[in-house]
Amino acid sequence: MTAESRHSSPPVIRFADVTLGYDTRVILRDLNLEVYKGEVVALIGGSGSGKTTLLRAATGQIRAQKGTVTVFDHDVNRTTPQQLGAVRRRMGVLFQQGALFTDLSVFGNVAFPLRELSKDSEAVILEKVLDKLDQVGLKRAAHLSVSEISGGMARRVALARAIVLEPEIILFDEPFAGLDPISLGMTARLIRSLTDKLGCATVLITHDLEESFLIADQVYMVGDGSLVVSGTPDEVRQSDNSLARQFLKGASSGPVVFEYPPSDDFDRWLSRHREGVK
Amino acid sequence: MSKKTDFLVGLFVLLGILAAVFMMLQAGNLRTFSIGQTYHVTGKFENIGALKVRSPVKSNGVVVGRVSSIDFDNKVFKAVVGMDIEDGYQFPEDSSASIMTSGLLGEQYVGLTPGAEEKNLADNSEIIYTQSAVVLEELISKFLFSKAESEGSSASGGGGAGQQQSAPALTPPASAPAPVQ
Amino acid sequence: MIVNFITALGARVTRPILSLGICFRFFLDILARSSVVFKRPRLVIEQIHFIGNYSLIIIAVSGLFVGFVLGLQGYYTLTRYGSEEALGVMVALGLVRELGPVVTALLFAGRAGTSITAEIGLMKAGEQIAAIEVMGINPLRRIVVPRFWGGVIAMPILALIFSAVGIIGGWLVAVVLIGVDGGSFWSQMQSAVDIRDDILAGFIKSVVFGLAVMLVSVYEGWMSRPTPEGVARATTRTVVVSSLLVLALDFLLTAVMFGG
Repeated sequence: MTAESRHSSPPVIRFADVTLGYDTRVILRDLNLEVYKGEVVALIGGSGSGKTTLLRAATGQIRAQKGTVTVFDHDVNRTTPQQLGAVRRRMGVLFQQGALFTDLSVFGNVAFPLRELSKDSEAVILEKVLDKLDQVGLKRAAHLSVSEISGGMARRVALARAIVLEPEIILFDEPFAGLDPISLGMTARLIRSLTDKLGCATVLITHDLEESFLIADQVYMVGDGSLVVSGTPDEVRQSDNSLARQFLKGASSGPVVFEYPPSDDFDRWLSRHREGVK
Repeated sequence: MSKKTDFLVGLFVLLGILAAVFMMLQAGNLRTFSIGQTYHVTGKFENIGALKVRSPVKSNGVVVGRVSSIDFDNKVFKAVVGMDIEDGYQFPEDSSASIMTSGLLGEQYVGLTPGAEEKNLADNSEIIYTQSAVVLEELISKFLFSKAESEGSSASGGGGAGQQQSAPALTPPASAPAPVQ
Repeated sequence: MIVNFITALGARVTRPILSLGICFRFFLDILARSSVVFKRPRLVIEQIHFIGNYSLIIIAVSGLFVGFVLGLQGYYTLTRYGSEEALGVMVALGLVRELGPVVTALLFAGRAGTSITAEIGLMKAGEQIAAIEVMGINPLRRIVVPRFWGGVIAMPILALIFSAVGIIGGWLVAVVLIGVDGGSFWSQMQSAVDIRDDILAGFIKSVVFGLAVMLVSVYEGWMSRPTPEGVARATTRTVVVSSLLVLALDFLLTAVMFGG
């Protein structure tokens, strides 16, 4: 994707000077990012860096403490519940744990959005669902119940469910985590081809660099509570930023802290524990 | 699959309805539940005893209506009992109403005894001839009073004869001291 | 230290009152979104099936045994006063006025209430509720409201079945087993049991109990902590709170309906 096409239409998601946190804990501050139609955006960062929080802010599940989050030109924090619902129906979300409906079959899960939100007949639903399941390689598993499939398969079913309405934005929370190399490659290719075919905007939250860099148009890296670096995959790979370099190299010591920081609470707990063990 | 669910839920609701109907017919008083047309009469009583609203109104032992209201007339200081009687049962104007008890200690009801007049009781008319409930305490005090009366009259007549009169007719045991002659 | 104690004491008092307020608001939210009952009756029907049909066996069997016991105990007590013919009255009134609604509600809380609390709690824990939310579907309307009304509809029906089966059970023991006169059994009952004052009153009781039990069940499930212990504790609370609430409401309703 060329720089021009990035800006040919307004961004579908826009974070402007956003600060995110829970109660008094600030997780991310001064976030500025944009996602455009037809592009795959990879959101990279270490564990606990706030990637899932960012996703929750994009869906309006948590309020931004500062700044505005705009999706389809609607401020998700200040819009009415009906508007928010309408915006959400144009998005598909893949949760980290899949979040499948355990009382429904594989077919039932993928058919759920169609049955709830579209007026398609059962025959049309059958075709659409089998088609999406086929794209994730699970068409012949449609009859199985959720308890009969493995974790990786569950995530693929969740992916099928996220795309069944062919939404304009798709958000993937760690789509590659725990997948074997074959499924991994297949999922990455699927994400890319979907984006191209549907012309939707795709946001990938992941710490898998190789696969995501292969398919992403734009990369945002978060660390240490803010945006570290952004740009195309090549630009990020050549970045001078020390956090970025550490993450790319996978080093355990550097500006990004691997060890949990020291605290008084821990010292007190340890001394109490040592007393008890004596 | 959803058709089966619909059917089973329908069965479930049907079972509930059957249970309700069963109870209303077999256990409850649906048979005597008069939703039919009724006409209203009143009667004034000195004492209504334990009569309650919805107590039956019977004539010759058959239920012909229900007590609909119990009020107090502050001017004549009598209880006013309102009754709804089924249209099918007409009673002459001079019928009498008395408050009776079913069995010895059973529930109380209004008994209607038909009179002899040609004209029947009209809607919202009053039953003139009434007899109040028999209250147990009054009965006992009446008994004691009449006993005391008869004792008093024979005492002015002759000595301890009154005592003898009140003594039981059995012969006293021989070993017991003889009563005052 | 005394300040801490008073603060803690105050918290113990304010916390339940706070929950009460939140619960009432939750109830209003449910009512506000109840139009789904008419727009998508299939959802409610499915819940009536899960809650009502699956409770049928335990309710019917319990009703039968309670009827048996009423017949037996009633007989032992009434023969002492020579009033065996009143046995039908005793069985019927006991069931229709009290035991039918109350025992059904207690069993209902244990069987259906806990399963709904657990279901909603686990859906919350497994992020299923969140998944529904981000699809742009309101989870209260889609998940909670159908279960609430399904239970409220199922409960009075179960109570009616309990009472009816119980009366038959009492008849079986009294007339068939012991040999009390069948004719007077039924006729005495019919003159004593009033459709409006007794059967309808009992029915109203069961509706009120249904509302109470279902509100507690969905509330505990919705507010439970998304962990196994959180869900377990929520189901325990459902049974305890519903049962106490049913018994307290029973006292209130009995005083209002059968007093005076």
